This record gives sequence, structure tokens and C-alpha cells, in this order.
Amino acid sequence: MKALRNFLNKIKPNFEEGGKLHAFRSVFDGFETFLYTPETTSTSGVHIHDSRDSKRTMIIVVLALMPCLLFGMYNAGYQNWLAAGATVFPFWEIMAYGCLAVLPTLAVAYIVGLGIEFAVAQWRGEEIQEGFLVTGILIPLICPVDTPLWMIAVATAFSVIFVKEVFGGTGYNILNVALVTRAFLFFAYPASMSGDKVFVPSDSILGLGHNLPESFTGATPLGQVATASGGDVAITDITGKAVSTCDMFLGLIPGSFGETSTLCILIGALILLIAGIANWRIILSVFAGGAFMAWIAHSFETPTYPASYLTVADQLCLGGFAFAAVFMATDPVTAARTTVGKYIYGFLVGVIAIIIRTYNNGYPEGAMLAVLLMNAFAPLIDYCVVQVNINRRLKRIKA
Amino acid sequence: MSLQLKIKKGLDLNIAGKVESEEIEKLIIPEEIAICPDDYPGFTPKLSCKEGDSIRKGEPIFHDKFHEDVNLVCPVTGVIKQVVRGERRKIMRVVIAPDPDEYDNGYIQDIDPTDEESTILRLARSGMWVLLRQLPYGIMPDPEVRPRDIFVSGFDSNPLAPSFDFILSDKIDFLKAGIDILTRLTDGNVYLTRHHGSKMPDIPGAVMIDIEGPHPAGNIGTAIANIAPVNKGEVVWTVDAPSVTRIGQMMINGDITSTTIVAVTGSEVKTPEYVRTLVGAPMKALLKDNIKDDGRHKRYISGNPLCGINVGEDGFLRRPYYQITVIPEGDDVDEFMGWASLSPSKMSVSRSFPGHFLRKLFSPDARIKGGRRAMIMSGEYDAVMPMDILPEYLIKAILSKDIDNMEKLGIYEVVPEDFALAEYVDTSKLELQKIVAEGLEYMRKETE
Repeated sequence: MKALRNFLNKIKPNFEEGGKLHAFRSVFDGFETFLYTPETTSTSGVHIHDSRDSKRTMIIVVLALMPCLLFGMYNAGYQNWLAAGATVFPFWEIMAYGCLAVLPTLAVAYIVGLGIEFAVAQWRGEEIQEGFLVTGILIPLICPVDTPLWMIAVATAFSVIFVKEVFGGTGYNILNVALVTRAFLFFAYPASMSGDKVFVPSDSILGLGHNLPESFTGATPLGQVATASGGDVAITDITGKAVSTCDMFLGLIPGSFGETSTLCILIGALILLIAGIANWRIILSVFAGGAFMAWIAHSFETPTYPASYLTVADQLCLGGFAFAAVFMATDPVTAARTTVGKYIYGFLVGVIAIIIRTYNNGYPEGAMLAVLLMNAFAPLIDYCVVQVNINRRLKRIKA
Repeated sequence: MSLQLKIKKGLDLNIAGKVESEEIEKLIIPEEIAICPDDYPGFTPKLSCKEGDSIRKGEPIFHDKFHEDVNLVCPVTGVIKQVVRGERRKIMRVVIAPDPDEYDNGYIQDIDPTDEESTILRLARSGMWVLLRQLPYGIMPDPEVRPRDIFVSGFDSNPLAPSFDFILSDKIDFLKAGIDILTRLTDGNVYLTRHHGSKMPDIPGAVMIDIEGPHPAGNIGTAIANIAPVNKGEVVWTVDAPSVTRIGQMMINGDITSTTIVAVTGSEVKTPEYVRTLVGAPMKALLKDNIKDDGRHKRYISGNPLCGINVGEDGFLRRPYYQITVIPEGDDVDEFMGWASLSPSKMSVSRSFPGHFLRKLFSPDARIKGGRRAMIMSGEYDAVMPMDILPEYLIKAILSKDIDNMEKLGIYEVVPEDFALAEYVDTSKLELQKIVAEGLEYMRKETE
């Protein structure tokens, strides 16, 4: 370790003002602070600081996403095997296939996003911020696995620049960057982002997996519901077998890469809650809001809106709802910041997600849009909560 | 009469280097002491003496530019050795060489404690007035404004802070006399805080507030916010109990003591101990032969690790003159991937660090342990601030110099020390106390 430190110290002058490599100062800085905790000591105020910092926070979120990522790999492969009519499912082969299926997307998201971050940090003369570490892994998890890479690149660039950097970088974005990437893809390339072809990888990669026939269809459960007509919907998997609530919870169903397994999402939630990073108030109230709205919808089930036949448990397990509740709605920058505000914000995210899903047949899934909509309203909710505090203070004077 | 207050929000930091033995073995009479006018915010110093002058205990070193009767007096008898000035000739400190035999023999003030008009004048002239602070702004109060209430802090809950039960144990009569004087200066109440389980008796004339809970239970701002918050246009005075005993002693004897009891604390101190020494004593004298010889860079703090002042090895004991702390500086540590560390020696409120679950004492250094960021996480400050304040919004209002919102969000109710714990826990490593201090300063300038 000493050698590495010495090496960094030796090359450091090149990156400083006037050095040959000054144009890469932000990159060097980023790596240096990544490898070694900065030696900056406090110059004002408290003399001691807590050991946690934003790197720690972000890395734990990445850690919490790992179960979803790993499960997503297995599920991608599993769906391919299943669609090809396989009866045996070799674990490691499936994992390797899934890994290869997601790796390009992951790499593209990180290269494009971090590239922009590094460039902007250099341009502004600031330190690299670690916000994109999380965003970069979220993007592949919430997109269909077969999304063309160039679309991922364009969407990532768009949202990093126009949602985050123009507002001032990490901590100042008004909307969740990963979700805007997803929304951009959804609205800009609707043909490639929905329907029944994109959620299951259909080609073999490096000799692994199976080439699926052109005629193959693999609609997600919510996709089946949205396109169904009349009466209760029978949700089936790729092979035509019925899907139970338990299957939905475990997640071996077609869907966006990392969103299918409610179980893995809950493991992630547990990690976030133990580490004290995600806010339990938001997670709880998103589920409460979703359950409440799903119950109302189910109580008034009608053939006009086939999703109203889904039970409360189905609604909460399907699609991106749980993922949005745990990983998206809880983004501290874009969520409500006040304690009371968090309950209201979370509840409305849940309610609106189910409303969109159930009462708008054009959009099979509403969780993403609900979170984005509430991101936009979070400042208003906070404004009201802050006003209550202000009014309480004003009342004190009058009393 | 007594009030009960139980606070839940807050945090007690388990830091190594607390004084264990409640005995004083050392009397340290240093060769020089220093008085720093910066310790008395709101006091605009004009020198009343010059280098080379002989000065007696109780005679003024400074008087206030705007209130000529308000003096900052010399705590010892001796000679003015040096007046140290900084940028734009600002007086940084006055160094005094105490007379080794006569240091405690001073000038006895003639006090008539019955007459209020002369009480204020007497407090001002005897150097007691500068010990008071007012909310809003945390500055020396204006002698012409009568406060709504007076709050006296009867304990200090900061990390490693000395026990007031101990340092005030032989001064209860002075405390009573001091409280008695304070009751004459307000039409409201004089409140005195007392830590749950403290031995401090009820003091006649004061409304006792028994406070239970973690730090910042002892911060006077906590008591004020929960008992009778400061509204716009109101003035409340605050003062700590050791200062009240000085006021009491002055009123009884016309005299002050030149000595103070100091807790010498911190993980870099060999044996944390109480010592008796002169007000304004140099750190070197207080720490002689009592610093760990481990070759690490050290930070010398006058006060506690949360709101003390980094005075350096050659610095002096600063107000409130009852604690010094020495911790590792930490700029000589190469920590590889500290953000990934699972080391049990890392102190944190986050459960992602194993140390969080250990009942042990930590020896944190002065590194900020991360990079400065925008305010990302929410609710961190709230968790450690037991006040009806929305700290994130107040900080944002201050940063954007939005006077209207600063006022609406309660800037009159806070002083920088109320944000110390929030600054400690902050993931984004923002300099909250500095921000608040600058906000108060800006507010004061704009509204005056």
C-alpha cells in the first residue's frame, strides 16, 4: 500500500495547476480520493467528524442493489432457456449468459455517465462526485435487457446533462436521473421499449444461451394485463403456464432486468434500512399508498380496466412497483426532505403508480411515472410543511 | 418550582480521554496568560492599558467602544507583557505576566447590591457584564434592553466536558448570590438547567429545569427552544453557571478569583485530570509532561471537540475557561479506501460501521473523513436537534442570504453551537457552525 501511496504522490504534481496532465485533474482526484481517504482536517466548527461520507453512502446503495443485479442475471438467462423450451436449467451457464447479457448495458451506462461527470468536474474545477455510481447501476436494472446500447447511451447522456449537471450536479438534480433515463427511452423509442419482445434476451451470446425464433413472444404480466380485453386476466409465463402470486414475489417472470424479484428488492431494502440510508417512512408509505389504491381498484373491478382484477398482493409484487418504492422513491435528493412531507410524498407515489397502471391502458406500468411526478411535487409538499413550521412560529408571537 | 424536560433527539459521543478522578492535585501558575477579546462576541474592544503597565486583578484591560462603562477586566495582578495584533491592527490577545506571589490580590469593588441602576453599572464596570450573552445572535447584551427571561446553563453535556457538580461544588453560595442578582435584571424568569441525577440543589429565585437525555441536553439553546422559544423582537439572556458564580462572588465580596478549574481531556493526553490554574493559561503549561509521546500530529483545542477552538500548541486557554482537549490531527494518516472500511475503531452513527455496535471509547482524529458535498441526505440534522427548527431549510436560507426566510425559519433562536452535532453527523461535511455564525453576523448587520 505504501508503494501505491508513493506512486500517487510522485505523479500528483503532473495533475496540478501547470502540470502536463492538468486536463485530467478531476480524474486523478477522483481516483486518489477513492483509494485514500482525504487528509483534509477540519478548519472551522467541530473538530471531529463522523466516519460516514457520501462515498460510503453510495457504495452501500450499490451493495443493496447486488441481490437484484445477480437475480436479474439469472432471470435473464432463465427466461431465455425457458423460451427455448429447455427442461434443465444449468445454474452457472445461465448466470454466465445473464452476466454477458447485462454487461454491455452496464458498461455503456457507466462509461457515458461517468465520462460526462468527469468532464464537468474538470470544467468546473470541482471534485468528482459519486452520485453516478448508483445511477449507473440503476439504469441497466430498470431497462429491458435487450434495449439497444446506443439508446442507453443517448438516454444516459440526456439525463445526466439535462437533469443533473445543468442544475449543478449531485445533490441539485430535481428529478431522479436513472428514472429520467428510463422515461426518455420510454417516450423516445416506445417501439423498442415496450411490447413483448424486449424483456427476454432472444439471442445466444458467445455460444451460450439459445437463439429464439422470430415468432417468439414474451410479454410481461403487466403487458398481458394492459392488452387484455374483458373480464379477469389469466397471467401466464412464456410457456403459457399460469403465474401465481408466489412466482411474482420470487420474480422468475419476464420484466425489466432487476425489477422482477420482490424478494431480492426486500433484501436490498433491509440492507438500506439497517445502514440507515433509505428512509423507512418513504418505503412504508409507498407500499401503504399502493396497497390502499390497489384495494380500491380491486373493490370496484371492471372489465374496462383489466388491471383492476389484480389483487393487492399482485399489484405490489408486479412490475417496477417494489423497486420504485425501495430504490427510486427514497432517493434523498429528489424525495421530500421534511419528515411529514415524506409520508405524504411516499403515499402519493404509491397511489399514483397504481392509478396509472390500472386506469390508463396505454401505460402498462406506472411506478416510474409516479415517482417522477412526485419528484416534481416534492418541493411543493415540503413548502407546505415548512409553512406550517413558519406559521407556528408566527402564532407564538401573537399568543 | 421546577420543570421537567426529556429530550430524545441527540447523541452522546463516546470519546476517550474523559477525566475519571474528581480530585485536583495540581495548581499551575504559568509565567504568562492571555485574554482574547474574540471570546466576547458583541464586545468591541478599546484598550484601557498599554504594554508595560502594571495591572491589578479587576482593573480593566479593555472597555467597549459603544458602551464605555462595559469593561473586560484583568483576571490577575501582574504586568501587561504584550498586545498582539492581527490584520488591520485588530487586537488578537493581550498577554499578561502574572506576579507569582501577588497574582490573586486585587482591587476590591465597592458594591451596593440593593440598587438596580447601579447593579447594571457595577456588573459592567467589574467585568461581569461581558460574561452574559443574549439571544438573538449570541452576543453580549445591550445594557439598555431588559431581557424577557434569563437562562442559566447548569451543566455541560458536550463530549468530555467537566462535571459542573464538581467544579461548582464549593461555590453554591456564589451561585445563589449570582442568581439573586440576575432575578433583578428581568421581569420574567431566571431559569437554571440541571442534568438528570445532578447533585445541584434547588436555587432560590430560579426556575429549575431538570433535563434528561443525550447531548445537546446541556446546550442552553435546547432548554430555551423547549421551554420558551425566542420570538422576533424578544431578547433572552444566557449565561453558564460558572460565570454566574463569578457574578455572585463579585456581588458578595467585590472580588473575583483569578483561578479556574480546567478539565484536561482528550485521547492524546496521558492522564486526563482536573487542574487548578489561572484564567487564560497557556496550553503548554496545562499539558506539561502530560502529552502522549506517540509521534503523531496533535490538535490542541481549548474547549470541547465539538465547539472548542483550535488554538495550537502555543495557544492559550480560551473562554469558557474550563476545558481543553487534545486529539490526533490525522493529517499524517494514509487510510486506504476508508469508505469501505469495516474497522471497529471508526466512530459513526451509521450502522454500516461495526464500531457503531461496540460499547467502547473512540479516539477520532480531526480529519473530515470525506469530501465536501452538496446537501444530499435529508433528515440527518433533524435527528440530533431537539428544537422546533427545520435545520436544512434554515441553512439553505442562510446560504442564499434570504433574510426574510432566515427570520421565519427561526434564526433568532439559534447560535452556532446548536448546529455542532448536526455538523458532526453530516454526510456532506458542510461547515454548519461557520455558516450559522456568518448568517447571524449578516442578519445583525442588515437589520441594525
